[in-house]
Amino acid sequence: MEYFLQQLINGVTLGSIYGLIAIGYTMVYGIIGMINFAHGDIFMVSTMISLVAVVLILSIGITAVPVILLLLLLVSLLLTSLYGWTVERMAYRPLRGSFRLAPLISAIGMSIVLQNYIQNAQGADKKSFPTLIPGYMSFFNEGSFPVILQYSQLSVMVVTVVVLCIFTWLVTKTSLGRAQRACEQDLKMAALLGVNVDRTISLTFVIGAALAAVAGLMHLIYYGVTDFYAGFVVGIKAFTAAVLGGIGSLPGAVLGGLTIGLIETFFAGYVSVDYKDVAAFSILAIVLIFLPSGLLGRPEVEKV
Amino acid sequence: MATDDAVSARTEPSPVVAALRDAAMWGLITLLLTGPVVGLGTVASSGTYGFIQRWPLVFSMTAIAFAVRFILMMTVWRRRGAPAPRKVVADLPKSLDSLRKLFIPVFVLLAFAYPFISVFVAGGMTPGRYWIDLGVLVLTYILLGWGLNIVVGLAGLLDLGYVAFYAVGAYTFALLSMNYDLSFWVCLPIAGIIAAMFGVLLGFPVLRLRGDYLAIVTLAFGEIIRLVLINWREFTGGASGINRIPRPSFFGFEFVPSGPTSFAQFFGITHSPVHRLIFFYYVTLLLAFVVLIITIRLRRLPIGRAWEALREDEIACRSLGISVVNTKLTAFSLGAMFGGFAGTVFAARQGYISPQDFTFLTSALVLAIVVLGGLGSNLGVVFSAAVLVGGVEMLRNLGFLKQIFGNDFDPTTYRMLIFGVLMVVIMVWRPRGLISSRSPSVFLTERKTVSAAMVHEGRG
Repeated sequence: MEYFLQQLINGVTLGSIYGLIAIGYTMVYGIIGMINFAHGDIFMVSTMISLVAVVLILSIGITAVPVILLLLLLVSLLLTSLYGWTVERMAYRPLRGSFRLAPLISAIGMSIVLQNYIQNAQGADKKSFPTLIPGYMSFFNEGSFPVILQYSQLSVMVVTVVVLCIFTWLVTKTSLGRAQRACEQDLKMAALLGVNVDRTISLTFVIGAALAAVAGLMHLIYYGVTDFYAGFVVGIKAFTAAVLGGIGSLPGAVLGGLTIGLIETFFAGYVSVDYKDVAAFSILAIVLIFLPSGLLGRPEVEKV
Repeated sequence: MATDDAVSARTEPSPVVAALRDAAMWGLITLLLTGPVVGLGTVASSGTYGFIQRWPLVFSMTAIAFAVRFILMMTVWRRRGAPAPRKVVADLPKSLDSLRKLFIPVFVLLAFAYPFISVFVAGGMTPGRYWIDLGVLVLTYILLGWGLNIVVGLAGLLDLGYVAFYAVGAYTFALLSMNYDLSFWVCLPIAGIIAAMFGVLLGFPVLRLRGDYLAIVTLAFGEIIRLVLINWREFTGGASGINRIPRPSFFGFEFVPSGPTSFAQFFGITHSPVHRLIFFYYVTLLLAFVVLIITIRLRRLPIGRAWEALREDEIACRSLGISVVNTKLTAFSLGAMFGGFAGTVFAARQGYISPQDFTFLTSALVLAIVVLGGLGSNLGVVFSAAVLVGGVEMLRNLGFLKQIFGNDFDPTTYRMLIFGVLMVVIMVWRPRGLISSRSPSVFLTERKTVSAAMVHEGRG
């Protein structure tokens, strides 16, 4: 029971990070129907920006942790958003309206570019991040296996919930969210009704990158390590999460993220660490065989 | 008159000013993007991080972005007329058509003469080795590209895990020849068949999936195969791979300096390790031709037409009584079989394989070759494989740049960066691929080459 609870805590933490990144995939897919393959690498770039920023901040002599976190969040959010915007502008916008595989290849190319750009700029070694939020709570201390909730895990969960609340408000209540939902339903019609489609798509990429930046910072706070290749595996998992939840569905992305995170930690905890990714991918395949449009996705209705 | 001018000047600033403004914006963006990441390189020093500062590089990149953007705005992007109307028939002049007919025999001849040309031009066996090796590499990717072309280009099924079949072929050959002492020529068909079986294994569960759901499941399949290869240590040798795979022989003659079965001794020539490479080149070339001929013939058979029909419209296919199950499964298994052949050749040439050779990057590279070449075009695959694999491999030889940028500059580290940029640029420049026109396989009265805009994409 204690062991189960411990795995649950770890799984939810991991799942929150996946969920945040998965939103970026699912949002872009919902609007322009492309797999943004470079999104995982945007996440990786954000971890690098946070790393550079934290070294800079510490060298200036700021030591108050809340101030550091706030500054980090601000810097990483702004610069990563700019990266998201630039990638869309350079690699995807010229291919708008082209056939479907063109932006996919361009995105894979962009992903290779970002990885090698960071590798050349920051080196290929694993970078460790200072522990900003130390300490933990422990429960069931009288038993043989105390359950530990690290403060960093708690902050990951809290931040995820807060960010998701802000994001939900953005999508449901603001005019930008309305424009986004309109574009998702029908790009051409939205354009005819005066929605600035290009701007909306750009902002979608910016929001996706911002969420990836939050996820990047959370990842660093929890795991404390990153490198130029970190975006690939996390990106694939987050994309898997987005598809599992039903691509295009925002609550689905979060649900899918949590599911993948839980599957991974429980499989690693109870069966085998080596095959945890195999388990996550196999469950994806099995779910899709029985629910071809994901957990919360709308079935694709074809008109003849 | 004066007011009119003033109005137009206010609403539409002169092109130079607009270009300057735009270029300045992109310069600023470059500065912001590269500033923190390139300008401050983190270096671990005594438990913490220090910075290497590279501000001159950041500023020169900013300047380059500004200049390139300004020049482009003033030249290429200056005229923005109405988009050209969609072309139904590609306007290829008749002379080009006959040129194409002449082109293919020349190409085939060139392919056959390539090892001798490279030995001759490089001036000797040993310096020619590099070029022949490169030729084998490009041919392997052409083989892979033609295999994937059946799945993606003809049947329209987006497969992001094609490397799985490549890996299955390579490991089948390696394990069979290591454990059961089977020769290359016995293993080649077995590897093809086992890879085809894996193709069916992947094909069955994904029959109902389409588009991006299909893409992610195939990607997951590729990753599963790779992870199993890494973790099933007793069977596959784990992450360190399989070493010392036996080399194939030429009808029983081995490529060794001397002995009763020595290739060099039997033919009375001096031994050179390059002989084996040349032999590999021809094995790969022959395999490639076999694959090409099978593909071309199959396209004229009902099954090939069913693939293309499936790509264009799945529902129409069903209502016309085409078995979607058979069509999809044959496409998957044939594509997989060709991938398996390529894997066998790869393992035999390399003599050493490990899961690192079969990452997603290889899948992406093969898919890029197919899409950049123009989906469904066999000639396009050849061109884009030559550009992407051969061209990028050429970038290793940029040693002379050291004289320009100083000795710390290592051009090989920029190889993949340039490769990625190339992928984006080619796609933006020609979204339909290098060879974008098609000859339809079925036609009414006369064969017309169809322009790219009319070829459907296939939603999988």
